Amino acid sequence: MTSSVADLSDVARSAATLRGFLHGLPGVDQVGAEARAAALATRSIKTTAKARGIDLAIRMVDLTTLEGADTPGKVRALCAKARRPDPTDPSCPSVAAVCVYPSMVATAVDAVAGSAIHVASVATAFPSGQAPLAVKLADTRAAVSDGADEIDMVINRGAFLSGRYLDVYEEIVAVREACGEAHLKVILETGELATYDNVRRASWLAMLAGADFIKTSTGKVSPAATLPVTLVMLEAVRDFRSATGRTVGVKPAGGIRTTKDALRYLVLVNETAGEDWLDPDRFRFGASSLLNDLLLQRDKLATGRYSGPDYVTLD
Amino acid sequence: MPERLAVRKTYKLFIGGAFPRSESGRSYVVTSVDGDFLANAALASRKDVRDAVVAARKAFPGWSGATAYNRGQILYRIAELLEGRRDQFSTEARDRAQVDAAIDRWVWYAGWADKLAQVYGNANPVAGPYFNLSAPEPTGVVGIVAPPDSPLLGLVSVLAPVIVSGNTAVVLAAEERPLPAISLAEVLATADLPGGVVNVLTGRVAETAPWLAGHLDVNALDLTGVADPELAATLERDAAENLKRVLRPPAEPVDWYAEPGIDRMVAYLETKTVWHPKGV
Repeated sequence: MTSSVADLSDVARSAATLRGFLHGLPGVDQVGAEARAAALATRSIKTTAKARGIDLAIRMVDLTTLEGADTPGKVRALCAKARRPDPTDPSCPSVAAVCVYPSMVATAVDAVAGSAIHVASVATAFPSGQAPLAVKLADTRAAVSDGADEIDMVINRGAFLSGRYLDVYEEIVAVREACGEAHLKVILETGELATYDNVRRASWLAMLAGADFIKTSTGKVSPAATLPVTLVMLEAVRDFRSATGRTVGVKPAGGIRTTKDALRYLVLVNETAGEDWLDPDRFRFGASSLLNDLLLQRDKLATGRYSGPDYVTLD
Repeated sequence: MPERLAVRKTYKLFIGGAFPRSESGRSYVVTSVDGDFLANAALASRKDVRDAVVAARKAFPGWSGATAYNRGQILYRIAELLEGRRDQFSTEARDRAQVDAAIDRWVWYAGWADKLAQVYGNANPVAGPYFNLSAPEPTGVVGIVAPPDSPLLGLVSVLAPVIVSGNTAVVLAAEERPLPAISLAEVLATADLPGGVVNVLTGRVAETAPWLAGHLDVNALDLTGVADPELAATLERDAAENLKRVLRPPAEPVDWYAEPGIDRMVAYLETKTVWHPKGV
């Protein structure tokens, strides 16, 4: 990356400069990225390393429920699980955060009070993001005032795909401001961005606008998170840090269901962004069913026999 | 004109309706009774057991939820397809009488599919204005160690009673004579039996059976084919961890040609009892 810090602070002064910068980013070698992700996915993680990997993955989970059928009772049950994922084993760590709709934030804040678990709320007309800016900002402020300390916003894909990058940028900046102290995660919805080049551009755009995390997907669009897309985003945060000194986190979300998948992502993080990112403050998994599989594998390592879905919660 | 090379079959495992090699990549030599080379069979590992149990669990809701009539039809179709392959099985099992008996056994069990509930279910007498009904339900995933003394008829006689009532099965085929089990799997794969209802693993029973016995997602264990009493005792102890139903190895050699009775079907049933108000 050749851009200096001075260049970057100034890059959004007009639509033309922003566009020039984003289109000046080097293109992604699609075949190379996919081959690299596939090669790293063949790494084998065993015994003690696997046990540590599983515990780290549990600590990185943003335990998520984003359904029209969510009720306060379901959110409280989710929070109980977030505190003590395995009630029979006190050595099992808590997850990083619970992720809910804005209307459930107050319930979740109550339910995780006294723990280190963050409450993340999706906002800005999730999942489509197709609402006027005023509505998106009000959505964000409501979630923050109810106590959410992390906000997952969606970018305006309609504007991004039609090339109106400055609109997207300014929207993220406005939401960033509405967040106040809360961390901002920017959802790129890579399943709708069509190319890896767009993923790289959207990553840089979000980071320039002040994102604390960049997140792959809402989980409502297929394909959701994939290894190559995450690879491209991890390269972006790595390059962004070397250009600006600011560290941005990455959150793949949607479609990560097994321990094997989670460990593959951890390998990818270690080999791409580096060990610094192997931390719940820098890397998260947006998932719901993943946690159960992590618990089953954890049990298998501890007891030496296979467990089954009868021994974890139905959620 | 050069002599034509025979196309030899690679015997693989049968997991989730597919025929994968062992995850471990291992195989072992299967010989005839006289010690002649017959084929290489896959040597299943712990992870193959794991995959087979996952496949069996996944198939359970669909198979147990199918109507008894439908299950009977599919079992009957298995017998039809076996009939078409009588010659092949006769060569493999080297015993035509055994093959015929095995086909007849499928048909016999197929007929039981929609009759078991009448025989084993009940309308219980009550002293109030409601019905009280007991109905048989399948237990779940059943691990089976197939009998070594009768590779086809014995296998059919332990497998058919498990799946006829809606259970799904993970079968450890007879260690020394696994080939008829894999050929049977080829029939099952083409007989409309949903993938995963029956999974067949070949290899060392002493290596794989403990993983099946200790697995918390297996609901019952059939030890008919375990010859070593010490191994049988260990397996039974492991199975107690999650209260699996266990069918112990037979005390005396079984006559597989004799009419089986319903004991084997009943061994893998739960009884669901419901009451229902009579209404007006």
